[in-house]
Amino acid sequence: MALLQIAEPGLSTAPHQHRLAVGIDLGTTNSLVATVRSGISVVLNDADGHPLLPSVVRYQADYRVQTGYPAQAMQSIDPHNTIVSVKRFMGRGVKDIPDAAQSPYGFVDAPGMVQLSTAAGVKSPVEVSAELLKVLRERAEHSLGGELVGAVITVPAYFDDAQRQATKDAARLAGLNVLRLLNEPTAAAVAYGLDNAAEGVYAVYDLGGGTFDISILRLARGVFEVLATNGDSALGGDDFDQRIFCWILEQAKLAPLNAYDTRLLLTKAREAKEWLSDQLDAKITAVLSDGVTVDLSLSSDTFSAITQGLVNKTLQPTRKALRDAGLTPEDVKGVVMVGGATRMPQIQHAVGEFFKSEPLNNLDPDKVVALGAAIQANVLAGNRSGDDLLLLDVIPLSLGIETMGGLVEKILPRNSTIPVARAQEFTTFKDGQTAMSIHVVQGERELVSDCRSLAKFDLRGIPPLVAGAARIRVTFQVDADGLLSVTARERSTGVETTVEVKPSYGLMDDEITRMLQESRSHAQDDKEARALRENQVESERLLEAIQSALSEDGDRLLERAERQRIEAGMAALRETMAVGNAAAIKDGMEALNRLTEPFAARRMDSSVHTALAGHKISELE
Amino acid sequence: MDVDFRKNYFELLGMPLTFHLDTALLDRHYRELQAQVHPDRFSHSSDAERRLSMQWSTYVNEAYQTLKHPLSRARYVLQMNGVDTAEESNTAMSTDFLMRQMEWREGIMEARAAQDAEALEHQAAKLRSEQREMVDHLTRLLDREKKFSQAAEFVRMLKFLEKLGEDINQALEALEAQ
Repeated sequence: MALLQIAEPGLSTAPHQHRLAVGIDLGTTNSLVATVRSGISVVLNDADGHPLLPSVVRYQADYRVQTGYPAQAMQSIDPHNTIVSVKRFMGRGVKDIPDAAQSPYGFVDAPGMVQLSTAAGVKSPVEVSAELLKVLRERAEHSLGGELVGAVITVPAYFDDAQRQATKDAARLAGLNVLRLLNEPTAAAVAYGLDNAAEGVYAVYDLGGGTFDISILRLARGVFEVLATNGDSALGGDDFDQRIFCWILEQAKLAPLNAYDTRLLLTKAREAKEWLSDQLDAKITAVLSDGVTVDLSLSSDTFSAITQGLVNKTLQPTRKALRDAGLTPEDVKGVVMVGGATRMPQIQHAVGEFFKSEPLNNLDPDKVVALGAAIQANVLAGNRSGDDLLLLDVIPLSLGIETMGGLVEKILPRNSTIPVARAQEFTTFKDGQTAMSIHVVQGERELVSDCRSLAKFDLRGIPPLVAGAARIRVTFQVDADGLLSVTARERSTGVETTVEVKPSYGLMDDEITRMLQESRSHAQDDKEARALRENQVESERLLEAIQSALSEDGDRLLERAERQRIEAGMAALRETMAVGNAAAIKDGMEALNRLTEPFAARRMDSSVHTALAGHKISELE
Repeated sequence: MDVDFRKNYFELLGMPLTFHLDTALLDRHYRELQAQVHPDRFSHSSDAERRLSMQWSTYVNEAYQTLKHPLSRARYVLQMNGVDTAEESNTAMSTDFLMRQMEWREGIMEARAAQDAEALEHQAAKLRSEQREMVDHLTRLLDREKKFSQAAEFVRMLKFLEKLGEDINQALEALEAQ
């Protein structure tokens, strides 16, 4: 029998407490929340026992918001105000939306991201997504009986910087602390790999409601290393519905439809698609608003034929990913199927044929992403030592800047393992040039106009020199969430000008605050109170982190006096926390962080040495 | 606070300083090192530790990527020996190599015009075997004979071949997109 641990009197047991953390799959069609309970990853159901939350939000004129099944039930009746597949609009402008004219929504063009006009006012896709995340957060807190330490939110691997930032903003708006943005195929690989003790090269084929990802990973002793990823962030199960919808229009010779009928037939199309997963024929019947009856039968062969192009569209990125990884289909040991859309027999068949192996379907394709995210959340929250699980992910798209002639100079190539940083030097074009416009773009094409623009900023204060003499060093840094920051610095004369940008579509702090206030009927929760609460939580986290570092390595790495100084600093922060001034607490945290920097550096060096010492032993084997 | 960049990439990854290298061992050491320094290990640590972890992890990734690929590894070995490969400025190549270059380019263009994916795959396979030969030459020049300026020329040629490989891949992608 395992021995139970009892803390020493007076010592906090906090570091060993189970921290509540969840994994959230914020899907185009459905969303889920999962957590690790007694060592096993489980999906948390709603009060009625449903694991899925349909990703549908309905805004009503009285400002009430419906989500999930009740909202889904209203989508044909109230199509303009019932937002489905909002994920397709995240980080996107109006011109990025291919079927905007056919869609029932009132799109409002806004800088950075499209907005939707509803009965309850204009809503950003970030706000709509936040409504879904809020429901999942409440579900988790209710089910786990406490406040969450944080969440891992999954995103399609092929999401660009704008889409990732929008997702992170939505989580903040929903009051979630984002532990990490995790790529969906990587999450699936974790769930599958740990479940099956898989080793070797695997592919994850992830066809969701609105996005397609293919990732090639190498699994070795708990390390999940993404070798290459590719995809299409505007291709998914919805497109198959759309093909059936068009087929219905054609077969029934229907004139252009109103929003109600469009929604009705799209729903019928989706039902037919699902039915054809294990049946040979689907009946499609509907009565339109003008009384016209639709009565058709769609065979599985016809369905395959009209969607052949879409299926092929998934194989193209698959080939690219394999080529980037320097591998052939024969090198892949197994293909893990993810996303409800992979239930379609024509997909199973095409993937099996391409990889010449039977696809792996032993985990529920709807749940596998959330289950994997929960495992990662549990590790990041510090609930397990984590020594046996490590995810090494990549950026899906190249990042670069615009140079003369509208050309892109790539600074970070796609499939670079994150975190990653790279610097490159640029110079001036004209004599006496004192400013430089830096345009950050993402994509594979050579022309700026074919890539996605992420940010534009000006570097000023360049000393006037002859053309080509100034040295401007531009550094790109992508963090472990896959988010980019850019720094530019003039260094020819020793005068340094540094500009740091977060790409422009990210929401500003005051925008988040405004949205938060709007979303709360009781407005007593003002900015200062929120900042205070956040800083207190953050301070507690910091104190806990330092305490656990001290008990692990304090004796080994610190002189007595150094340790005393750190402990005095901790005591000072605790006192400041008691006073309750947000700004003072923030200063206190910064001071304590500075104070512990040498200790942190020593701990890190020691870790690296341990790893290197391990090498010498392993080399003798 | 900055990471200690005094360690060279070979030392950092616990590898002997030679161009020829045991890639399986490199892969293993890389994973072991990331397991210690990756930001996921520090998500509940202090800001100072998180920042350091990000710097270290970035540094380890850069070291691994440099050593993993023969071209960047050769360039790095030369750099450590004080030899600049001058890939931008020095474009002088042997006539023989330039002739072969032209043949390659023509072959790719023809296959592209004929929309012949098989011919492109064939070119790619030939290119890979040529690259392997160059790597063998580099092993000899860098590890045994220490002829660095000659090795620098091979690095420049290898870079040309790498660009050709990219051209082939682009041609293939263009065919697949049709």
